[in-house]
This record gives sequence, structure tokens and C-alpha cells, in this order.
Amino acid sequence: MSKSTISRRGVLKGAAGVAAFTGAPYIFSRTAWAEKYCNAPTGNTALFGFNVPQTGSYAEEGLDQLKGYQLAVKHINGEGDGGMLNTMKPRALKGNGILGKKVEYVTGDTQTNTDAARESARRMIERDKVIMVSGCVTSGVAIATQSLCQEKGIIYMAGLTHSNDTTGKDKRRYGFRHFFNAYQSGVAIAPFLAKEYGTDRRAYHLTADYTWGWTQEESIKNATEALGWETVATVRTPLGLGDYSQYLTPVLNSGADVLILNHYGHDMVNSLPQAVQFGLRDRVVNGKNFEIVVPMFSELMAVGAGEAVKGIIGTSNWHWALEDEATKAFTKSYGEEYGAPPSQSSHTGYVQAILYADAVERAGTFYPPEVIKALEGFEFDGMGNGPTLYRAEDHQCFKEVLVVKGNENPTSRFDVLNVIGKTSREEVTYDPNMFGGELGPYEPNQC
Amino acid sequence: MVSSDHTSRISADKRLTRPGLPDRVKLLYSIGPLLILFLGNTMEAFLAQLLNGLDKGGAYALIALGLTLVFGTLGVVNFAHGALFMLGCFCAVTFRYLITIETVTVDPTKLSPWGKPVEVRTPLVQDWLGDFGAFLVDYSVPVSILLAIPVMLAIGVAMERGLIKHFYRRTHAEQILVTFGLAIVLQEIVKSFFGANPIPQPIPGSLRGAADIGSWIGMAPNTLTYPWWRLVYLLFSLAVIGGVFAFLHFTTFGMVVRAGMADRETVGLLGIDIDRRFTIVFGLAAIVAGVAGAMYTPLLPPHYHIGMDFLVLSFVVVVVGGMGSLPGAVLAGFLLGILQSFASMTEVKSLIPGIDQVIIYLIAVVVLLTRPRGLMGRRGVMEN
Repeated sequence: MSKSTISRRGVLKGAAGVAAFTGAPYIFSRTAWAEKYCNAPTGNTALFGFNVPQTGSYAEEGLDQLKGYQLAVKHINGEGDGGMLNTMKPRALKGNGILGKKVEYVTGDTQTNTDAARESARRMIERDKVIMVSGCVTSGVAIATQSLCQEKGIIYMAGLTHSNDTTGKDKRRYGFRHFFNAYQSGVAIAPFLAKEYGTDRRAYHLTADYTWGWTQEESIKNATEALGWETVATVRTPLGLGDYSQYLTPVLNSGADVLILNHYGHDMVNSLPQAVQFGLRDRVVNGKNFEIVVPMFSELMAVGAGEAVKGIIGTSNWHWALEDEATKAFTKSYGEEYGAPPSQSSHTGYVQAILYADAVERAGTFYPPEVIKALEGFEFDGMGNGPTLYRAEDHQCFKEVLVVKGNENPTSRFDVLNVIGKTSREEVTYDPNMFGGELGPYEPNQC
Repeated sequence: MVSSDHTSRISADKRLTRPGLPDRVKLLYSIGPLLILFLGNTMEAFLAQLLNGLDKGGAYALIALGLTLVFGTLGVVNFAHGALFMLGCFCAVTFRYLITIETVTVDPTKLSPWGKPVEVRTPLVQDWLGDFGAFLVDYSVPVSILLAIPVMLAIGVAMERGLIKHFYRRTHAEQILVTFGLAIVLQEIVKSFFGANPIPQPIPGSLRGAADIGSWIGMAPNTLTYPWWRLVYLLFSLAVIGGVFAFLHFTTFGMVVRAGMADRETVGLLGIDIDRRFTIVFGLAAIVAGVAGAMYTPLLPPHYHIGMDFLVLSFVVVVVGGMGSLPGAVLAGFLLGILQSFASMTEVKSLIPGIDQVIIYLIAVVVLLTRPRGLMGRRGVMEN
């Protein structure tokens, strides 16, 4: 009889070795794609790219948006008072960065120019190796940047972009928009226009000549014509024009009794006071007081336009004077940091950075397709806009839309707009196929 | 049977094709239908657009005046002229900044939305000078001209003595390069002090709103209105242009300068220091550009790049008017302003979409093709 050479210890060792060998792919499967996507974070940091206009027509909005991003990074990393991280529900972020990595950022200047924005975003992706790009104040820039990001396989969290095309015909799988759009502005503002100015009006549109202006003009025209208003003329004006006098003079004798300014940023800061200088608001036409409407409004524009903004109706994505706990927390946090209340531009930037970070935390990876899936259909609250949905079909956020009016009796230099109404999320929700477009594939390109 | 319309059209055609008809009459026939189109709209719309054209034209002429003055006297193509306009704008900004320096006190009874006491700010000048201080704050833009004149004179003289004079005998291409470089340096300096964003300047309280011009000429109230400040700017432009022409035509200094423009060497041989006078002319051009900028600030909030925005426009005006011709610059300024204004009318834009954005350059092309020296250009200028 021969003695067996297989010991019990040997069997156990062998079994453990086989188990480790065969089980390894499953254990590491969650990070198995670590090498397969662009700019995968290595080391203890994750790099974000904030690409905003720091010069040009929309510089003021851009610089304020950048402040929102900087505050978001502080809060994600567990610094400061936490702001809206304290009110966000549901929340995966723990206040220690993202997946244990500290967030750092680089900034770029889009110069309010599409080509410059693309170049700046490309530099961030190729040279700085950012894992996410965010920011913009024009839809032209948003559409160009999200298209680039789709090519590169980098997620783009759009900033302030209001054109229907951003999440319509130009939507991309890698692009997400928290801000509302022109269609929603039209739906939200129409009942208030009817209430304040009646249903028998003749409107004259001056429109910034680029994608946002065109879609806003179309949306507001459709909404006001549905009320019974007549559109007298729609006139396109070049983006960044300073002197609007040659476009305002024809309004005087056009027979219109409402001027709709589809302008934003410095365009609006120039055109609205000039319209008031022309005495439009002192006129009586067709037996009615002449009115000016600015469908898309912001606090910074209102401050820039000064006295001219009093009594003007428009819509807004968010306002610092809202009464909910999230808004109070953010306004307090931002006010202590920068000495002024936040604008809707800084708010949307802040929220986008937090939403991306939270999606990565929930996905458990920076791998873009998993992060995209975590954002698609995400339902959240406590970010200043009430219950909000990131719709999977077009990457558009759905939430309440505010209707605002220039304050007639401001008590401080920040107290320039009053919220006169809210239009519910259900009312501003529309068919995802309404504006066309294709999201494209999940799988990222190699960079 | 032939209709009377048809008959008149045939006779008009015959008149047009009649040999020996003066060019000016032919021109009238060709622009007649266009005029009828405008008049057919409404008289109010036509007058409003004409007024806007005059207003724009005044601004264009004023901005181009200094540029053509420098070219006519010194023979220098000054691409830093836009920067001089920008510096004039920032004279107004600086003046307002100085007279609105405030004392800041804290009101503990009022809290900001983030829970800190509200700051109460009062301009010092208002504390010290009472009503006159309040007047200065309100009228800061027109009063800033008093600051702009000496500052722009000093800048102009320093620029000419320090840089431009070394390039008198260089080629125009070299002059363009060095003055363009200077413009970039100046705008970057301004950007570093004032930032990149436009800084709005207020219109004086009593000049806000619009004048009811229609009622002045017997029309119904509010049918023809125009902003007061734009009217002030038009009158200001006419006054400055008139002042420059009077200075050059009715003073001994101006006579010597004009003689120097015609024949610099002969004037020098007569023992007159023409270089010194030309230095002063450069200073004068800087003043004209500067005050044009300062008064323009309520219409367009100034930023560091505003000079470049106006540079192209002012060169088009000078080229259309004729290089070095002062009356040409004024004529071209008003012509381009009026045509740009009419091109923005809805009726015109519906006929030719986008015409409002290219009309100025289109006119420049047409003028250069038909009159290569510009409307009032002189033979031999910029032709070597």
C-alpha cells in the first residue's frame, strides 16, 4: 500500500488558487473598463473642465457661472457649509470627493464664440485630460461643445443654454441640460401675458440671429399667436450688436403695440434700455399702452439694464429669493462666499457639477456609459426647482418654470426681479420627439 | 388703347435713354422708385429712419474725422485711432468712478439675504458739494469732456512725439503694423485696469426718454419721437465737425496747416515749424476721437475692445469719403449712416434679406469700383 502524497493542506491551497484565478475577472469586473475610455482618472484626483465665456457679450453670466462651479467643487470635496448637498434627495455623494477622489478643475474662456469654445474644450480634453466638461452661456456654444464631447467620449454638462435644439435636433448621448428651454418659456409666459396685456395684441419681434434666438422667436410666436396675438414682424439682429437704433426706429410706426426682445446678456442690456430711450413704453398704440416683453430674463441682465427693467415680464430658470430650503441653503452659501446673491447662471452650473458627481458616485465608476445611464431618468429634489426629472429620451430636465417681472420698487441693488408665478412641470412637459434629433451611441470613442 | 401709366412709363424710358442727359438726372431717375417705396410706407417711418440715419451718420463722421485729419496732414495711416476713441470712452468711465467714490457704512438694522448687515453707500462728492455734487454725478458724461480734452491732447502729443514721428518716412504697411500694435497694447492696458466687461454710463436724468419731434412740426403727438440723448449727440457731432472746419479755415494756425498739407517743403522753407503744428494736429485728432467716445458711452457701454469695433467702420468711412479729405469723411459718414438706417427697414429687408448687415461694405465696394479715390479723394493720395 502506497501512501498518498496529496495532503489536506495541499488540496485547500489548490482550491484556493483555482478559485482566485477563476474568480478574479468577476472581482475586478467593475473596474475592468478602466483602461478603455478617455481620460480615466488616475491617482487621487478627478479633473473637471469649466468652459465659460469670460470675455465677450455674455462674459458677466459666464464669470458668475464659474463661481457656481467653484462652489460646487468645494462642496463635493467636503469644504464649506455643503450648500445644496445638504438638501439634495436622493444623494450618493458623501462629501469626500467622488469615489474617494478629490475634484480639481481647469477653466477655459469661450469668448462667447463657438470656434473659441470648441478649441478651449478640445484643449481641456486633449491636454488637461478632463473627465467632464461643463459650462456655456450660448446655445451655439453648447451645441458645438456637446458635439465635440460626443466625438471624444467625454460627458458634457451644459450650462446656460435655452435653445430647443440643444436637447432637440442637436441632442447628443454625451450632452445633458439642466436649464429650461425656449418652448417651456413660451408655455410658461403665455397665460401671464394674456392676464396682463389681454389677448388682442400686435407683436414685433427683435431676435438675436443665432440658434437660440430663432427657436425662442418661434416658441414665443407660437405661444402668443395661440393667445390670439398677431405677429407684425420678426426682425433678426446680429449677435453682439451695440447700437439697436436702426432696428428700433421701424418699431415706432409698425402698428405693433408689443415689442418682444429675443435677446440675452449684453444684447438685452443694450437693446432694452435703448427701446426705453426711444420712448416706446410711453406710447399708446391701438388704444393700448405699448409694452415690452423679454421672454428670457436673468438677474444680471436686470441689474445691467437698470431702470429700464421695471415692470418687464419674462421667464427664469431659478431665482435666489425662492422660499424653499434648497434655495435658501445655496443663497446663503454663495452670498457668504462672494458677497452677492447667485444668478440663475451660477445656479445651473452648480447643480450640473453636483449632478454629474452624484451620478458617478451612484454608478461607482467614471466610465461614461455607466454615468450616462445613472443620469438618464434620474428623479431628484432639493436643488431649488422642486421635483425634477432628467428625461432619458432627450437629456432635458423637467421642472417648474418661473415667470418673473422687473421690480417696480427695489429695496436693494439685488432686488431687481419679482417671481410673479410658477408654471408646473406637467404643463411644460412635451413629447420627446417634438424637436427631432438622435442621441447616438453609449459606447465612447477612444481618444 | 394704351393706358396713361404705360404711356408715362414709355416716355420716362425715352427720357432715360435720351443721349446727352446729365448723369445726375439719370441718377435721380434710378433712385426715384426707391424713394417712392420709402415714402409709400408712411411719412413718419421715413422721417424716423432719416433722423436715425443722420444720428448714425453724425457719429460715423465724427469718429472718422480725426482719422482722415491725421492722414491728410501727416500722411500716417493710424490704426490706433479706434484705441483713441476707446480711451475717450474710458475718460468718461474714470471721471464717473472718481466722482462716485463712496463712503461705506454698515446698517445693522437691515440684513442681506445671507444674513450679513447691509452696506449703505453715499458718494463723497454729494456729501461735500450738496446739490452741485448731485448735478456732477447726474451729468458725469457731458462733464467728463472737461477731463477728456486735456488727457486726450496729452496722449495724442505723446503718441506722435514718442512713436508716430519715427514712421513718417516709412511705408504705409509699416505704419499700419506699428499703430495696430500700439492699439493692442493700449486696449490690453485698459483691460487690466477696467476688466473685460462693458461698463454702462447713465444718461443725465433730464435727457432720458424721447423728444416728441412730430409735434414740433405739426404732426399728431407721439407719431415721431426720438431719444433726447441721440439728438444731443447729433448736435454735438455737428458742433465738433463745424468747430474743426472753422479752426482749419478761419485761423492762421489752420491756414498754415492747410498750406503744409498742400506743400510741406515750401512751408518749411518759409521758416515755419510745420512739424510742431502737425504734432498739435495729431493732438487735435486725438481730442476729437476722445470726446466722440466720451459722449457715446451712454449709447453703448464701453469695453476695452470698443475701439477695434469702430476702427473698421471709421476706415470704411474714410475710404468711401476719400483718403485725407475732411469734407469727404463727413459726407461719407452721413451717407453710410442714412443708407444703413434705411437698409434696416422691414420693407427693404423683405426685398433683400440681410442687406442691413452688409450695406456699408457693399457701398464701399461700389464706390471703390466706380470712384477709386473715394467720393472726394484727391489725385496722388495713397497711389504711390
